Amino acid sequence: MALLDLKNISVEYKLSNGTLKAVDQVSLKIENGDIIGLVGESGCGKSTLIKGIINLLPSNGKVIDGEIIFDGVNLVNLSKEEMRRRRWKEISLITQSAMNSLNPVYRVGKQIIEPVMEHENVSKKQAMEKAGELFDLVGLERGRLDDYPHQYSGGMKQRAIIAMSLALDPKLIIADEPTTALDVIVQSQILERINSLLETYDGSMILVTHDISVVAQTCNKVAVMYGGQIIEYGDVVQVLKSPNHPYTMGLKNAFPSLTGEKKELISIAGTPPDLSQELVGCRFMERCPFAQEKCKIPAEITYVDTGYFYCARSDERDELRRQADIPEVWESNI
Amino acid sequence: MADNKVIEAIDLKKEFIVKVKREGKVRETKTLKAVDGINIYVNKGETLGIVGESGCGKTTTAKLLLGLHEASDGKIMLGDKDISHLHGSELKKFRKHAQMVFQDPYESLNPRFKIKNTIMEPLEIHGIGANKAERYEMAKEILNESGLRPAEQFMDRFPHEMSGGQRQRVAIARALVLSPEFLIADEPVSMLDVSIRAGILKLLRKMIADRGLAGIVISHDISLIRYISDRTAVMYLGKIVEQGDTEDIIANRYHPYTRALLGAAPNPDPEVKFTLDGIKGEAPNPVDVPSGCCFHPRCPECMDICKTESPKETIMDNGQTVLCHMYGGK
Repeated sequence: MALLDLKNISVEYKLSNGTLKAVDQVSLKIENGDIIGLVGESGCGKSTLIKGIINLLPSNGKVIDGEIIFDGVNLVNLSKEEMRRRRWKEISLITQSAMNSLNPVYRVGKQIIEPVMEHENVSKKQAMEKAGELFDLVGLERGRLDDYPHQYSGGMKQRAIIAMSLALDPKLIIADEPTTALDVIVQSQILERINSLLETYDGSMILVTHDISVVAQTCNKVAVMYGGQIIEYGDVVQVLKSPNHPYTMGLKNAFPSLTGEKKELISIAGTPPDLSQELVGCRFMERCPFAQEKCKIPAEITYVDTGYFYCARSDERDELRRQADIPEVWESNI
Repeated sequence: MADNKVIEAIDLKKEFIVKVKREGKVRETKTLKAVDGINIYVNKGETLGIVGESGCGKTTTAKLLLGLHEASDGKIMLGDKDISHLHGSELKKFRKHAQMVFQDPYESLNPRFKIKNTIMEPLEIHGIGANKAERYEMAKEILNESGLRPAEQFMDRFPHEMSGGQRQRVAIARALVLSPEFLIADEPVSMLDVSIRAGILKLLRKMIADRGLAGIVISHDISLIRYISDRTAVMYLGKIVEQGDTEDIIANRYHPYTRALLGAAPNPDPEVKFTLDGIKGEAPNPVDVPSGCCFHPRCPECMDICKTESPKETIMDNGQTVLCHMYGGK
């Protein structure tokens, strides 16, 4: 049984002038030990999806459809209190601006033992011992537990937050852009630490990011979101090496690389769809250089070796992938 | 070759005085060497990339070159003219030649100005164009050239009616409408979504080449710098630790810091993993720069001499410069 099984999740926001379906019929399975990268551009629904999973949506947002089965329990049916007890203990969250989520007037150690003492029946001394072990794990000195957040650098704060997210041995960690605000060397230090932690500790993670290179370096699976839907899912090598959905092909071409020949970058013309409008058919259609008449009806799922994708021209994927490497193909659509 | 230099900084320095407060009172003052004796130049039609982590002094360098900060020491030459201490009308005249594209197109455009006003304003300030109609035509032309086609459709829009990519194109158009000699773009795409970044970078590269500008692109992302710049300067704590042709720097990586920066850059290829190369910790506070070579506390190759003596610039056979004791005396 999967650790987390999302079945046809839809999330809607109420706006003053109607509704916005930020996540539309998303299904995703996370097995034990998986590190799944959830990638997409701003506004594609990736943050909304994870907030829906842990029931932290803003008051105008709601999971309107689907099931979130975590460890055999449907989270959608849980009361606020039941969900609160599971948060941190079973699912922990590292938020986007995690560096700023430490309370400036409390010592870092005190903030780390707070969830431990809240959820587990331990003495303060035992909790502090646990915090010390966690600091060892993430590569911080134990002595720094007595410091205040302002005495930490950005990278250290992020390590402290990671320590906090591990404090109750959760089965699943959700990290929303955990390294976006950090410098590149610190970013790679942290990603390496996350990698080795997950190896030793046998946890699962959902890593939300806009940066496919971070996914390439950290994850074993990847789900690509566009316009509130997962349009392609699979093994990270398969998806990033030989993408099947034209959007993933475009995304891959848009990233400059340091290795190999210097390649021409290709951008995708246009902007993502407005999710407050009624949308029909493939949501990438407007920007896709391969769009045809048949794209106006929603594509069926196509299963491949390690995953699946949704594209009306799925039979021609090898040919489309070849064409997607040619810059002119994308320009003709501008 | 020397005649081609549009802008050059010679031993350029910028120091800030930082007040250290304790218990609400200023207890001491310290000197922050934001830019500490750098030498750079940009030729006509060429782009120099400046890469480094936050706080390394890359944005201060840009501000110095544009006359937004006054240098503490050293010279900035525009052609054969020293422009490091301009004031008043001289400075205003210089600004026509030096333009900038800022990081955040959501902040850098006046939300109450229509696009045409945003682009026509610098023309008015510098008295270019005989009348409004002529300035309007000039604005239209530069918008077209910046990929906002047809320009008429965009002229009467407000920034909030445009996407991030379109706004950044407006910012580029505004910078180029004055036909400057050199253009600085500070993190020009970091606020934009990945799928549209390439378009903006391409536009910048094309404009710099076509108009024979001297371009400087500042970024923390070396893979982006690789794409856009002919030559690259790697900055660390106010110093340029390595400088040369971009492809040479990527291939040779003489300085241990360059090696670390390149190794740490995540690669979109899942089969090429990053390497940390033994680099330790984070960049120190620029107020307390380490003794000797400023990189020595993090350097995996650190020798005794590095702790006490600052390295001198070494020129390698291929013309690259490196600031490291390992290559000293060559």
